[in-house]
Amino acid sequence: MLKNKAFSRQTRQGRIIKEVREHYLRDDIYCGAPYCKNGCKVSSPCLSDSHSTTILVLDTNVVLNQIDLLENQAIDNVVVLSVVLSEVKNKNIAVYNRLRALCSNSLRKFFVFSNENHKDTYVKAMAGESPNDRNDRAIRVAAKWYQDHLGSAVSVLLITNDRENKKKAIEEGISAETVECYVKSLGQPELLDLIVQPPSEDINMDDVQDLRPSKRKVIYNEHKPMSEITSGLLRGLLHQGKLRVNRFNPFEAYVGSESIGDEIIIYGRANMNRAFDGDVVAVELLPPEQWHEEKSLALADEDDEEEDVHLAPNTADDAPRVLNQGQTAPEEMKPSRPTGCVVGIIKRNWHSYCGSLEPMPMPAGDGGRAHALFVSKDRRIPKIRIQTRQLGNLLDKRIIVAVDSWDRLSRYPTGHYVRTIGEIGDRDTETEVVLIENDIDARPFSAQVLACLPPLPWSVSSQDLTNPIRQDLRHLRVCSVDPPGCRDIDDALHCMPLSNGNFEVGVHIADVTNFVHPGTPLDDEASQRGTSVYLVERRIDMLPKPLTEDICSLRSDVERLAFSVIWEMTPDAEIISIRYTKSVIKSCAALSYVEAQARMDDSRLVDLLTSDLRNLNGLAKIMRQRRIDRGALTLASAEVKFQIDTETHDPLDIGMYQIREANQMVEEFMLAANVAVAEKILKHFPVCSLLRRHPSPTKEMLEPLLRTAEAVGLSLDVTSSKALADSLDLAKGDDPYFNKLIRILATRCMTQAVYFCSGDLSPPEYLHYGLASPLYTHFTSPIRRYADVIVHRLLAASLGSYQLPGVFQDRPKLTSISDNLNYRHRNAQMASRASVELHTLIFFRKRPTDTEARIVKIRSNGFIVFVPKYGIEGPVYLTSKGDNGGEWVVDEKQQKIRKLDGSVSYCVLGTVRIHMEVVEPQPNRPKLQLTLV
Amino acid sequence: MEYVNPEGLRLDGRRPMEMRQLRAEIGVVSRADGSASFEMGNTKVIAAVYGPREVQNRSQQMNDQALVRCEYSMANFSTGDRRRKTKGDRRSTEISLVIRQTMEACILTHLMPRSQIDIYVQVLQADGGTRSACINAATLALADAGIPMRDLVTSCSAGYLNSTPLLDLNYLEDSAGGADVTVGILPKLDKVTLLQMDAKLPMDIFENVMQLAVEGCKAVESHIREILLENAQTLVIRQGYGS
Repeated sequence: MLKNKAFSRQTRQGRIIKEVREHYLRDDIYCGAPYCKNGCKVSSPCLSDSHSTTILVLDTNVVLNQIDLLENQAIDNVVVLSVVLSEVKNKNIAVYNRLRALCSNSLRKFFVFSNENHKDTYVKAMAGESPNDRNDRAIRVAAKWYQDHLGSAVSVLLITNDRENKKKAIEEGISAETVECYVKSLGQPELLDLIVQPPSEDINMDDVQDLRPSKRKVIYNEHKPMSEITSGLLRGLLHQGKLRVNRFNPFEAYVGSESIGDEIIIYGRANMNRAFDGDVVAVELLPPEQWHEEKSLALADEDDEEEDVHLAPNTADDAPRVLNQGQTAPEEMKPSRPTGCVVGIIKRNWHSYCGSLEPMPMPAGDGGRAHALFVSKDRRIPKIRIQTRQLGNLLDKRIIVAVDSWDRLSRYPTGHYVRTIGEIGDRDTETEVVLIENDIDARPFSAQVLACLPPLPWSVSSQDLTNPIRQDLRHLRVCSVDPPGCRDIDDALHCMPLSNGNFEVGVHIADVTNFVHPGTPLDDEASQRGTSVYLVERRIDMLPKPLTEDICSLRSDVERLAFSVIWEMTPDAEIISIRYTKSVIKSCAALSYVEAQARMDDSRLVDLLTSDLRNLNGLAKIMRQRRIDRGALTLASAEVKFQIDTETHDPLDIGMYQIREANQMVEEFMLAANVAVAEKILKHFPVCSLLRRHPSPTKEMLEPLLRTAEAVGLSLDVTSSKALADSLDLAKGDDPYFNKLIRILATRCMTQAVYFCSGDLSPPEYLHYGLASPLYTHFTSPIRRYADVIVHRLLAASLGSYQLPGVFQDRPKLTSISDNLNYRHRNAQMASRASVELHTLIFFRKRPTDTEARIVKIRSNGFIVFVPKYGIEGPVYLTSKGDNGGEWVVDEKQQKIRKLDGSVSYCVLGTVRIHMEVVEPQPNRPKLQLTLV
Repeated sequence: MEYVNPEGLRLDGRRPMEMRQLRAEIGVVSRADGSASFEMGNTKVIAAVYGPREVQNRSQQMNDQALVRCEYSMANFSTGDRRRKTKGDRRSTEISLVIRQTMEACILTHLMPRSQIDIYVQVLQADGGTRSACINAATLALADAGIPMRDLVTSCSAGYLNSTPLLDLNYLEDSAGGADVTVGILPKLDKVTLLQMDAKLPMDIFENVMQLAVEGCKAVESHIREILLENAQTLVIRQGYGS
């Protein structure tokens, strides 16, 4: 075991420090080939068994650029050098993670060879040699070592796209190839689509066809060099931030900048200067006199891509952003917001995108390469130019495309085809698109995860019953109330009258943590997935099916393990005492909301269970009233429910989700349990509890609501949640739906509640605005939410019966877990909405419908309507496209649009009748169109 | 940050259970009664022992045992950024105390009443684990000075990063913010004389980490014994008794 010292200089805070680090060279790093005769021990053979398979050694640039190709099954038996890994890690962490995933995948033969620590392959930088050259040399040395080590019977091939490197390799007696040559030699033409064409130099220039002189026009400004950006940022001339493209208008983007404490607006693609959504960019502010004029441009562009009909948003996060009053009221001389343009991109956020090719005629010379434009489903992403050899095949398919580069001369970025999902319009394909777009892992659970499950069939063991920390509550009359057809029952209730006139009320939650132990693959997987995802026709579970539907599910008439919160309450719902315990329960009935409601309403029924339900309902009503008095908002959202054909899975009917008293009863007790648990865990673990907060909406967020309310002569008090709740109660219009509509609009102004780690914020910030509760967490659905699993562990530890797992001592880890939960939660919701939108489209495809709609927003050329019955929202145009709406006048103050001659006028919140129909302006691109009747 | 990569190598190429390279030399300060230098990888310390000698400050003299004093300091050039190291700051006072207590526990102080033993340790180059290196150097120096001891004290640290127990942390791993357990043992008596930990660890993991550190101490011990034996042999040869 040799030892060597690596010297390096490091700058920190501008100072130059000499760092000395040890670097140990080893003789126990093996080559990974199972047939090696040089004494290499291999625990698990990582390279192919047969001599005849070529061993591939990859250059760094190959990994960085061609990761999609590497992920294809055709590329195998690869040696990944540690020098390549570390270079890739420094340059692109996303590619690094994908490469790591390949290396750890036991089905692929990717072997990591730690060449930097091997005594024979370590390379010391020579004087005057750049790090890049040194790394290239290290790769060649390692390739050479492999060839010498395994003998001439085995062919080792270095794959590099660097001409210089290839030339030197061949001089040194290593066989080397470019990616393209290698892929061609495999004889699978479809693989060629996966190859990224290098933007310039290297590889044969004559291959790049797109050099037609007409196209060779500089479209975008050059990005500033990194050194200039850094100094610009330091001197405050430039501003750094993440670019967020408006979901509803891809020509408008915002950069949140800390240096000016405000968002900078960027209008138009030219100003965005090739930046993608999510990129970290450097922005230069435009002179203030230009802050206004860009607007006309934005509107002009808008015609290009008009608004679609979509599901009515539920929170401010889903809704289009209304930022500048200027757009609708230019006469108001409000100080407009800073506007800027992108001058450099600090970090790219490129990944692969789902979408389809823009319809185009087949090129004459079929068979060869064709250029096509790819349109992403995500409207924030510009069209992407790709090259393909299978155009005819791809035109009516949903495909995935990755972006490679975007140079100044081309209007669109260049990318390459990754894979096909399926046919456009096919429900399964579109559902998969929804899943991919929202980064939802719908793969079946791995064998390691399934190995963590208890053996089936499972039943409560005598050990569980005798466990002193587990209380036997099987004698209680417990029942569960859930939506019809619910298989993953995670909560149940009981209510027992006590001799002193009080009630014992219990909330029993499935004891998931009894089966999901920290640190197991099962736990890791659940923590990654974060939540179950509910789509219209399927459910993607967070935990494997046996746990979700059987072992944990509190089904009726079987003994199940639970975590219980038990109160003693007076008939006035005053809490006298509370206790928490692990328990064994036996539910006597799994009711649906409808059944529970029917039982309570049916005065003929006097059985014990029904009277329990009535007692619970009585208590819930009092608790609910008390909560509302405290200022909890009764918000409304337009949730819809589909009836799905059991065989074809096509939607048969669509309607609003009806909320019954039984729903509210269960909800009330779940809220109470969550609050009680939040208090308990925070008391025991003030810095590492996982809580949920709902930030108070800011004035700006409530602005659209206030303007709408004002227009219809309603004044809302938004100073506190209590005031808002009261004024919402007073909002009564001429029709019964008016109040609900106002509530829906109010809900839309709120942001979403988020999970957080209690140590990251100060107690006043813990507030849950919507529930008017100072503390809140999620405890009641551990089968479908990982947050609840964490809270279960905290609660168990606070009772002293279990040890707190190590993660809870790791604050940054905990914060990253809660960030992931928020991300997954949001994605799950987006996916559900997208799934509903998809099914709405399928539903209306065969059924053009006339229905009633309410106007929610006035635009210059029409208005946005909300269709209560189907929960969708979309634009209705009064003028045809291209016409600039000359005969219609918008009254900003009263939110009215009226014809010049005064014959017709429409007012916000007014009722209109509309016709809904699916049209296909382009083949294979159906969309829902709303027109006035 | 990845401190142990999936191939099982640490940042400097060691495996989790491996120590850095040990080097030791006896008699590096000729004026002292006993002295030694000790290296653990890039951590390099020097120790000098004076005594047993007359107590300098009469009020501190003890009639039943020897007074052990220890002074720890870091050379200005020992770290990357060259800065004047103040003597007697909190950190070095604490380490002085730790070393003194550890050494006091193994010196047979009752054999040398009314006398004083001074141990000076200085860090020449710091790269994590200075505390352990100082204790190891002090043991060697005490042995060199011929001061009666119960056993050799040896010390080693271990940590816990990326859910892996790591032996003998270097500076990079030390400043990662994970737990750092420094253990000092009397190997022959199988007793622990020093146990320090910053940060928290669950009990079962702590036991593993500590066990690893104890293994490290034993490895240090066998190295120190070799050095001492070698030194004794050269002394024997020099005095003409050899061969």
